Amino acid sequence: MAGFKITVERRLLPSRRLEIAAPVFSILVALVISAVPISLGGVNPIEGYYELLYGALGNKLSLTETFAMFSPLLLCGVAVALAFTCKFWNIGAEGQLYCGGLVAAFFAVNAGGLPAPVAIPLMLVAGFLGGGAWAAIPAVLKVRLKVDEVVTTLLGNWVMYYLVSAILFGPWRNPKTGWPESPIIAESTFYPILVPGSRFHLGIVVSLLIAVAFYIILKKTKWGFELLAIGGNPASSQAMGISVAKQIILAAIVSGGIAGLAGVGQVAGIHYHMKTDLSPGFGYTGVVIAMVGGLNPIGVVLASFLMAVVVQGTQAMHRATGVPWALAEVIQGIILLCLLVGIFFTKYRVRMVKA
Amino acid sequence: MIEVAADAQTQPNVIEMRGIVKTFPGVVANDHVDFSLQKGEIHALLGENGAGKSTLMNVLYGLYRPDSGEIRVNGTAVTFDSPRDAIALKIGMIHQHFMLVQAMSVTDNVILGLHTQGVLIGEKTAENKITELAERYGLKVDPKNFIWQLSVGEQQRVEILKALYREANVLILDEPTAVLTPPETRDLFTILRKMRSEGRSIVYISHKLEEVMNVSDSITVLRAGKVVANVKKAKTSKAELARLMVGREVIFRLSKTEAKIGTPVLEVERLSASNDMKMPALRNVSFAVREGEILGIAGVSGNGQRELAEVLVGLRRATGGRFAIGGQEVTTATPRTIVDMNVGFIPEDRVGLGLVMGLPILSNAIMKRYRDLSKGLLLDYSVASDYAGGLIKEFDVKTPNMRYPTKTLSGGNLQRLILARELAREPRLLIAAQPTRGLDVGATEYIRSKILEQRSLGRAILLISEDLDEILSLSDRIAVIYEGEIVGVVPAEGANVEEIGLMMAGSKRMELAS
Amino acid sequence: MTSPTELVMITSILAMAFRMAAPLIYGTIGEAFAEKAGVLNLGIEGMMLMGASAGFLVGYGTGDLWLGVGAAAVVGIMLGLVMAFFTVTLGAQQHVAGLGMTIACTGLSFYIYRISIVDVGGIPPHVKPFGTIPIPYLSEIPVLGDAIFNQHALIYIGIILIPLAAFILSKTKLGLSIRAVGENPSAADTAGINVFRIRYLCLAIAGGLSAIGGAWLSLSQSGMFLPGLTQGRGWVCIALVVFCNWSPLRILGGALLFGGIDALQLTMQGIGWRVPYQLFLMMPYVLTIIALVAVARRARAPAALLSSYKRED
Repeated sequence: MAGFKITVERRLLPSRRLEIAAPVFSILVALVISAVPISLGGVNPIEGYYELLYGALGNKLSLTETFAMFSPLLLCGVAVALAFTCKFWNIGAEGQLYCGGLVAAFFAVNAGGLPAPVAIPLMLVAGFLGGGAWAAIPAVLKVRLKVDEVVTTLLGNWVMYYLVSAILFGPWRNPKTGWPESPIIAESTFYPILVPGSRFHLGIVVSLLIAVAFYIILKKTKWGFELLAIGGNPASSQAMGISVAKQIILAAIVSGGIAGLAGVGQVAGIHYHMKTDLSPGFGYTGVVIAMVGGLNPIGVVLASFLMAVVVQGTQAMHRATGVPWALAEVIQGIILLCLLVGIFFTKYRVRMVKA
Repeated sequence: MIEVAADAQTQPNVIEMRGIVKTFPGVVANDHVDFSLQKGEIHALLGENGAGKSTLMNVLYGLYRPDSGEIRVNGTAVTFDSPRDAIALKIGMIHQHFMLVQAMSVTDNVILGLHTQGVLIGEKTAENKITELAERYGLKVDPKNFIWQLSVGEQQRVEILKALYREANVLILDEPTAVLTPPETRDLFTILRKMRSEGRSIVYISHKLEEVMNVSDSITVLRAGKVVANVKKAKTSKAELARLMVGREVIFRLSKTEAKIGTPVLEVERLSASNDMKMPALRNVSFAVREGEILGIAGVSGNGQRELAEVLVGLRRATGGRFAIGGQEVTTATPRTIVDMNVGFIPEDRVGLGLVMGLPILSNAIMKRYRDLSKGLLLDYSVASDYAGGLIKEFDVKTPNMRYPTKTLSGGNLQRLILARELAREPRLLIAAQPTRGLDVGATEYIRSKILEQRSLGRAILLISEDLDEILSLSDRIAVIYEGEIVGVVPAEGANVEEIGLMMAGSKRMELAS
Repeated sequence: MTSPTELVMITSILAMAFRMAAPLIYGTIGEAFAEKAGVLNLGIEGMMLMGASAGFLVGYGTGDLWLGVGAAAVVGIMLGLVMAFFTVTLGAQQHVAGLGMTIACTGLSFYIYRISIVDVGGIPPHVKPFGTIPIPYLSEIPVLGDAIFNQHALIYIGIILIPLAAFILSKTKLGLSIRAVGENPSAADTAGINVFRIRYLCLAIAGGLSAIGGAWLSLSQSGMFLPGLTQGRGWVCIALVVFCNWSPLRILGGALLFGGIDALQLTMQGIGWRVPYQLFLMMPYVLTIIALVAVARRARAPAALLSSYKRED
């Protein structure tokens, strides 16, 4: 062995500075590493990144599109972060999103007579309940029967996806167009567009409000305290009198509900129909966002925006330079993996010592 | 492993450790420790909890890498990268927490990790060899059984078999009698003496003076990571060892005030419960604890104490019988109800059941009062931190900042935190399970004095402890639990220790009024 | 009595069931090794896709299908080692690392395909799939013979892998070590087993096998690499491991069951049955959830599954 030894020891105290520096640094490293696939695609990385940034933030259209993508990502990120806080590993945000969208669309399609100020809140409630109900199933299974929620929420995504597909190819197929989508939703349930000439819709505000609510819950409420305790040690929490089972189910329902709101946003803000391709994987990206954001509300907001920039920008990069669209997923994955390395360095101190 | 030329001088020392330094974040566990083991001796490593005994032996066994220092086996300097190297040199270790795979059989556990010829397990040959070894040493165990089916004492025998199977010449035992009844302890000593007569060398880690004086030939005393003495048993005494261990004169008994007993607070009637494996753990247990009294439940760990505590705080469902607190039946109550009835609980498993280690110290301090500290849905953190700050000061929990994660606290301070949290609510009933286990003498004295203080304030206290000295010095009445049953209840005043020991081992029962 | 046409249909469904089961067999055996050693490999879906992509590219580029399978295996093993680095060496949360791998690899698999293949307008590049190798005598058995013994080489290999995996895990010292690592890593470490090395090995196996399963999909089943090729089969493998209670011998039955449902669904589509085919596609997932619930009480997941191990923590 050479004259050096690498020692790894656990840090006793988390360092505030490191906890902020590590994610930032990891993201930068990830972007540097991502330059490799970009150049393999025959594109100059600098040019590619320029197109990415311009395409995501450069002009009014790009910016509003980025926000339109930011909204469901933020909702899914918050949904997952909330569940993860009490260690309910909700990988099912995708399915909850679809269920929420489905139920909300069902309401919205039939809401013709209602005025918007009544219809929209009701639609939100419907979507929340839809997503929440879908999340309740794996939660009850976990709490009552000790069935692992990672697998049930994951598989649940596919069940819901096929259910939606069966419905939209079958009894609820749009009679006007014949496509596998629902009939159009009532006009009063369309999310108002807040920036004329763009797709910047009400849902974006909804998602920011939810993020604020998440912050308040965690930092200021009894419930947030209980969730943190349960996530830290469910057995101790139970011994202290916290009703762990009830709180986990509640957290799962709220988490699913928030993901459901993402579905509502896609239906009422973008597509105006229920569709089989409502989400290009927002629920899964939500897991990435929750982890990258360190399960804390500010981090989740920042991470969601980052991911929105990446997805939106890569689309633009694709249009401008011909780089394959799949790059977006590659970059997302690399960011997460680099982040895991960063997290390692916040937990452990690594030193090179002369042996 | 690096080998260096053997010393010319022939030493009868099988093991030599020189200048061992081992640090962990925040603590120096071994501070330039020297330790030698002669061939064919039983050498006790004595020290109170946290003195660094286990750490030193984990270094010898290759589990930890020392920061500096030298180890010699039979005169040859060695470096261990992993236990595999130690095992190859015929060193075996039996840990305090057994290193057994519950779901696998005795045979599988014994042959795990062995380098023998061939790719296959060779179950039959192994089984035969194990049976033969077991008979030779009087270790009764069936190789086909699964570990989860075995009692704690039997599991320890498997651990010993593991070492013997690997032909260990040096055997390290870490606090082996913590989980044994007095007769099982005697059996263990017999086995150790037999091994010694075969020329094997044994390191016996303990904090129990009685046993050390009984079984060892020489003793090394560790205190706060440093060696303070290395003596031959014949030339020392229990009192001297105690003084060396702690660094000052040790008071063996605390003074108790006159008992002022009131009405029963906890009444338990024919309570039964099962353990995690669905086997009966409590059988028709009945007793009562009154105001101002300490009822001590004596017994070796694993006889139902854990299940008893869990049932009484609502964490485990009783399968039969009933119990009431303050006259109110709570047999099927949730932990929340029992907490609201002002019952304090100091659990046996501090880290697993008593605290949320990842949260700030502040959060753990308010864990039982956070509902009172809230207005509606919101938790007032400024009021909470005042409250927590007060508690931390009063109970002397040493921490630079209560917002630090709880896992930065040492063992004694963790227990002080739990105590603070529980006692601050002035509980009418306090259930304390193994409250001083693993703590140094200073913390132990503090905890015990606090428990006595609660008693003089008229609270009812159920003390569950495997430390018979503790039971004897604190309790007003003593109940002995064996295999889930109360086999005897005696007043602490003038109690016959011998008799209690027999009851703890199941050899004696008292006629109890049902 | 069943008519000749019905017999032919049964035979073809059975044969198809085996073909559809092939990627499941490879992926599930690999995943079983990983989980027996205590690591949940959620990266399996991505590894399968990378195997499909790399395998196709090499197979297409060199014209040699077996080289493609070999390339897929190599890629899969490397990905398994990367996964091991994150979960074992860095001690990262296993399902997060796995999801990250899957997201990265899913994107990467399409990315490398797109930058390697220049679309010749219209027809996507394809390879001539593996041919079948009938086993003499056995393939003559009516119905079963054609279904089982007139199959592709990779399927034969997959079927042999099952008892081999079972044997390794239950009868060899390596298998004992793997199981110990998955149940109680401290005990294994104390016994002198190198926990890290075992987990790295098992993840490499998981990666390699899932990639081969993916290569089967692109090189044989469809003969091309398309979006949606795996149809979430990687996740089905995760489900299958639990469904088969972590026991390799049951994997054949489980894989055939799920493969059979797949085959049935495709046949039904062809016939034009009124039942929505999505219900069939849903079946494996629903069945697994039901099985999980039924088995939950007795579920013998490796006790240390999902925990990372660091000696001096």
